[in-house]
Amino acid sequence: MDLSSQDLLEMQRRMLRIRRFDERASKMVKRGQIPGTVHTSIGQEAQVVGACMALGDGDYMSGNHRSHGHPIGKGSPLGPLMAELVGKATGVCQGKGGSLHLADFAVGSLGESGIVGSSIPIATGAALSSKVLGNGKVSLAFFGDGAANQGCLYEAMNISGVWDLPVVFLCENNQYALSTPAHTVTSGVIADRAAGFGMPGVRVEDGQDVLAVFEAVTAAVERARRGKGPSLVEVVTYRFNEHSEGLRLGTDYRNAEEKAAWVERDPIVLFRQHLEREGIATAEELDALEAEVLAEVDEAVRFTDESPYPDPSVAFKDLYTEPIGATA
Amino acid sequence: MTIMSYLGAIGAAQREAMEADERVVIIGEDVEANVYGTTGAGKSRKDKGDFLEMFGANRIRNTPISEEVIVGAAIGAAMTGLRPIVDLSYSSFLYMAMDQFVNQAAKNRYMFGGQASIPVVFRSAMFYGLNTGAHHSDRPYPMFMNVPGLKIIVPSNPYDAKGLLRTAVDSDDPVLTFEACMLWGSKGEVPEEEYKIPFGQANVARAGDDVTVVAISSAVPEALAAAETLAGEGVSVEVIDPRTLVPFDSEAVIRSVQRTGRLVIADPAHRTCSAAAEISAIVAEEAFESLRAPIMRVTTPDTQIPFSPALEKQLYPNRTKIEDAVRRVTGLMANTLNNELTSPAPRM
Repeated sequence: MDLSSQDLLEMQRRMLRIRRFDERASKMVKRGQIPGTVHTSIGQEAQVVGACMALGDGDYMSGNHRSHGHPIGKGSPLGPLMAELVGKATGVCQGKGGSLHLADFAVGSLGESGIVGSSIPIATGAALSSKVLGNGKVSLAFFGDGAANQGCLYEAMNISGVWDLPVVFLCENNQYALSTPAHTVTSGVIADRAAGFGMPGVRVEDGQDVLAVFEAVTAAVERARRGKGPSLVEVVTYRFNEHSEGLRLGTDYRNAEEKAAWVERDPIVLFRQHLEREGIATAEELDALEAEVLAEVDEAVRFTDESPYPDPSVAFKDLYTEPIGATA
Repeated sequence: MTIMSYLGAIGAAQREAMEADERVVIIGEDVEANVYGTTGAGKSRKDKGDFLEMFGANRIRNTPISEEVIVGAAIGAAMTGLRPIVDLSYSSFLYMAMDQFVNQAAKNRYMFGGQASIPVVFRSAMFYGLNTGAHHSDRPYPMFMNVPGLKIIVPSNPYDAKGLLRTAVDSDDPVLTFEACMLWGSKGEVPEEEYKIPFGQANVARAGDDVTVVAISSAVPEALAAAETLAGEGVSVEVIDPRTLVPFDSEAVIRSVQRTGRLVIADPAHRTCSAAAEISAIVAEEAFESLRAPIMRVTTPDTQIPFSPALEKQLYPNRTKIEDAVRRVTGLMANTLNNELTSPAPRM
């Protein structure tokens, strides 16, 4: 698939949105402005955006606790996402989901799940409805290396295989489930597991290269759209921050050299160099893009600050489509 | 009117729902072969045809034995435009998909601020009383009553089974229907024309003045039999079948208790945190002044279900236990605090 200059710049824009949004969220957690916790996608932007941009606007996706990047990558506006993190009434989920459970149905984001692996069957079901209704939509399930060892993934891969469902299983292998190195709890190679279900399994070794991710996921999406069924794409990447913001572990489970080597390969810096080198944009244009994104994040925070908290009665809304009597 | 079995009524409701709306699909183990008789016009394909012939393989789908993804995929499909009916066969199998029921079906609409609606029906049958042992005999509806966001129905006769299932398919929220296998063969009058029974409306199965008996699922026919016997002893029993546990028609029960002053609840679930426990609490909170005797629960004691017929049969609410409970609350029989009718032997 040929990408226009505009598409390439949009990739950079979305990666920057994720980076700046998460940097700001991290600060706000530390200042007590965001209650609870957040898990940032800093370092994994190429993996997220490469996958999201391979999907069409009407396509579906589901995700996990490392949640902000997915809807941002799919094109969700930043204001309601930030307001959700703070618990404001204008949040994308009206303040009822929070960081772990973002969803923006307007962009096909069917929800992030705080339970590891739990949203994989949901994306599978969205693919089933596409198949039955014949509407040509593709569904993508984001999950981590930790979720790769949940049984529901294999139930989902099997049923998708027998039904030829238009779904892409996208493993974001950031190599650690909290403090546990993936290789110590994962037998074999995750991508190789696809063979057992008779579907393609691809491993993108350089998940910091947004174009490599885009290419692999595009092939899987096109295959799904042609009615050829599901695929598994494993993308090897790295989170630069701690598992969650504010988390302080007594042990240094990640080797400093390893971490430095990955941080050196910052996906946003790498892609900026690519854009300049290929003459897609000048340094000035890319600086301007960065400034625009920063302004967007500032605006999202301003929107959040000016938004009210939800009325307490909202705690009793939207449990059912019609109230059935649950009140204070 | 026509005479239909409980199982036949479920099949008829499914057929009507499939005909009424192309977004309705049926997925589950063995649904293509119409093993239970609910996915065909009759039990035999040769005889009357089955759903696979009528609606095609796109809408009638056999699944692998993978409850977690069956339930989760049905939720995801419901969030994106289908209205699935999921046949999970045995209620005991619901536990395999607990995460999807509790964390996805029940929470997604709420958690996402109303963006999702989840029109999906999960059917399962409780095979208790049939010597299938502990892994097939569960009556787990009270566990799910503790999960806000789910609707729970417990039809006790063919008329209700058909009308409630039609409403369930129309519901934009997830509905769990718990069918009692014991009732599958029971027959009753069902209208020829289509009809739907609203949720949250109890049925007064028998009117009476002295004691209110709230009976659930297969306890309803037992309560009716008990009421007949007790009528011969001069006790007038009102039998209320709530039909749906979420939403629950507490007004109907309270109104009845305000008249009778006495309440017995017959519930095939385990005693602790049973539906009966919740109904007792509602009445104690809201109609305490009307009560002329302590509330009595006739439930399955807190033990697992044994295989041997010699062991199993005694455990569930039956007409004799319900009769004795009524005799106690009316003073015809001495009441005892430890309630040995329904309590298990002391735990060792």
